[in-house]
Amino acid sequence: MSEPLLELRGVNKSFGVVHVLHDIDFAVYPGQVTALVGDNGAGKSTLVKIIAGIYGRDTGDYLFEGKPVEVHGPRDVAALGVEVVYQDLALCDNLDITQNMFLGREQTKGGTLDEPAMEARARETLASLSVRTVKSVRQTVASLSGGQRQTVAIAKAVLWNSKIVLLDEPTAALGVAQTRQVLDLVRRLADRGLGVVLISHNMGDVFEVADRITALYLGRVAADVPTKDVNHSQVVELITAGRSGNLGISENPATASV
Amino acid sequence: MTTDTNESGGTATVADTDFARDSLQAHSLGEAFQAYLNKLRGGDMGSLPAILGLIVLAIIFGLASDTFTTKLNIANLITQAGPICVLALALVPVLLLGEIDLSAGVAGSTGAMTAGLMIVDHGQSWPVAFLGAVVVGAVIGVVIGLLVSRLGIPSFVVTLAFFLGLQGVMLKFIGQGGSVRFDNEFLRGLAIKNVDPTVGWIGAIVIVVVFAGLSLRTYRTQVSQKLQHPPMSVVVLRIAALAVILLGVVWFLNQNRSRNPNFPIEGIPRMLIVVAVLLIVWMFILNRTRYGRYLYAVGGNAEAARRAGINVARIRTSAFVACSMMAAVSGILLAANTGKISPGSGGGNVLLYAVGAAVIGGVSLFGGRGRATDAIIGGLVIATINNGLLLLNNASWINSVVTGGVLLLAASVDAISRRRRSAAGV
Repeated sequence: MSEPLLELRGVNKSFGVVHVLHDIDFAVYPGQVTALVGDNGAGKSTLVKIIAGIYGRDTGDYLFEGKPVEVHGPRDVAALGVEVVYQDLALCDNLDITQNMFLGREQTKGGTLDEPAMEARARETLASLSVRTVKSVRQTVASLSGGQRQTVAIAKAVLWNSKIVLLDEPTAALGVAQTRQVLDLVRRLADRGLGVVLISHNMGDVFEVADRITALYLGRVAADVPTKDVNHSQVVELITAGRSGNLGISENPATASV
Repeated sequence: MTTDTNESGGTATVADTDFARDSLQAHSLGEAFQAYLNKLRGGDMGSLPAILGLIVLAIIFGLASDTFTTKLNIANLITQAGPICVLALALVPVLLLGEIDLSAGVAGSTGAMTAGLMIVDHGQSWPVAFLGAVVVGAVIGVVIGLLVSRLGIPSFVVTLAFFLGLQGVMLKFIGQGGSVRFDNEFLRGLAIKNVDPTVGWIGAIVIVVVFAGLSLRTYRTQVSQKLQHPPMSVVVLRIAALAVILLGVVWFLNQNRSRNPNFPIEGIPRMLIVVAVLLIVWMFILNRTRYGRYLYAVGGNAEAARRAGINVARIRTSAFVACSMMAAVSGILLAANTGKISPGSGGGNVLLYAVGAAVIGGVSLFGGRGRATDAIIGGLVIATINNGLLLLNNASWINSVVTGGVLLLAASVDAISRRRRSAAGV
């Protein structure tokens, strides 16, 4: 297997007396979709926020392209080429697709906004992701469906030549057809060589697009396995009980020191 | 909306060409008109209701009063509209953020009072006095902005406090029942003097030529880079409409409108020039600069703006600073109109008229929507109601009732179109 793009080694994180993450090892590989699964409270969001630089780590290493890096905030992480697409998408309804994709990073020419260049690049990016459900890059986001908004949010992350995209529950609020579009898009991102992290509760989605599955159970990594080696019910067991057959945490985490 | 359920990664090349044409793009005048109708139906009314209202009001007053349509009255109306329009324009950045500035009228008159006192008591020249007024506005804006953005006090409360407090400050400096003379030749001239007719013609022609040049250049870039663009006929129509309106106004105002044949009054009121310059400046800021884009973004979704790396607190503070500085200019125009500043200047209805003007013109009270031109059109509506009702010799109670009614109507249009937009957006 190729070198991981991003790797966390032995990460611990506590909030006061609550030990949320225990010795987490997590890796994102280029060209692969890594699904991060786990029940509510398993530590998925905390892990994502550590990767995104929003939270610091108590112990453990953060490696990017094999080299340890110091991250002190979301800006450092964005500078590495890691983009996070949050569940609530963070788009401005009153702006159009192009304006949203360039928000905060507008291109200017002679001090004024360079609209032609931005519009052309937005279209290029959407076209390269084979997005064809959006009628025009000058549509306001208010007129888009949930799936289209998700598409715009993902395209925004891709526009900046990011190497890793983290998607937090991208299909949670979508219908069947829209979920289809977004999953296709997720697959295409990985096919372009990006490392994709998919956080999802939906096993159907996970088995469809993920290459690897990392299951969290009560703040520990229960398993980190290729998707083809496990089946649906095994993953559900890993999520709910922390172990499944010879996979998973050996000791009973309920009695382990917390 | 097409949803393709059988799409796979292999169709990328087809999709590229698919996306290369924008299916929303209008190719002919008819399609462009249809697209505009769809936009209206979707709840994006812009300033159309205000323009229609203006036309209806003009017809009603024109029929009811024989003096309304005289050249002298129209010129007067434009001068009266100036301070309201500028104050409405001042409120645009604040309203775009979904905030409100109730103190703008009083802050403007506090600035004007500073200018007046600097000229009368300290013998300063008008540019220094003008600068003083704007600085006073800026200081007021900074304090309001910091209280709103850093302490998180609702802008309604902060600016209400300033509305009350600044009236007290003015009373202290001017004295009960007193007033400050405002008779500097240049500043007072903004309200009572006109521009030489030839200069008016040249200015109008320059604006039309520049607009035409910029429009055609944008069109050519859009076509050559295959970007979304309106059909050529729409571009030409826009240029023609601006030319007709602008040249028509100049032609109308360049005629002698004096009742006394010995003292001709002709030319564009200087007030109109001030308003036009400020309008162009704000159109540029809102449409062509990052700052303008950030105002819309913060008004649309402050959290999204924050995550995009925009300093939301700074944008918020700066909007109040811009508002109060513009308000100071408006206060000077108002003082120039009346020739004096009294402790009550800028209080009472002044601010409410300006908020009403912006909302009537199509600036949303909910933030994120509205253009600079909306404020000017709304200001004209308010000024027309005032001017027309006064000519009909009605009691002032009717004036207030009608203005209130129009504001309510405009706010309803805003709320309804907002609901339509969210319904259409699903």
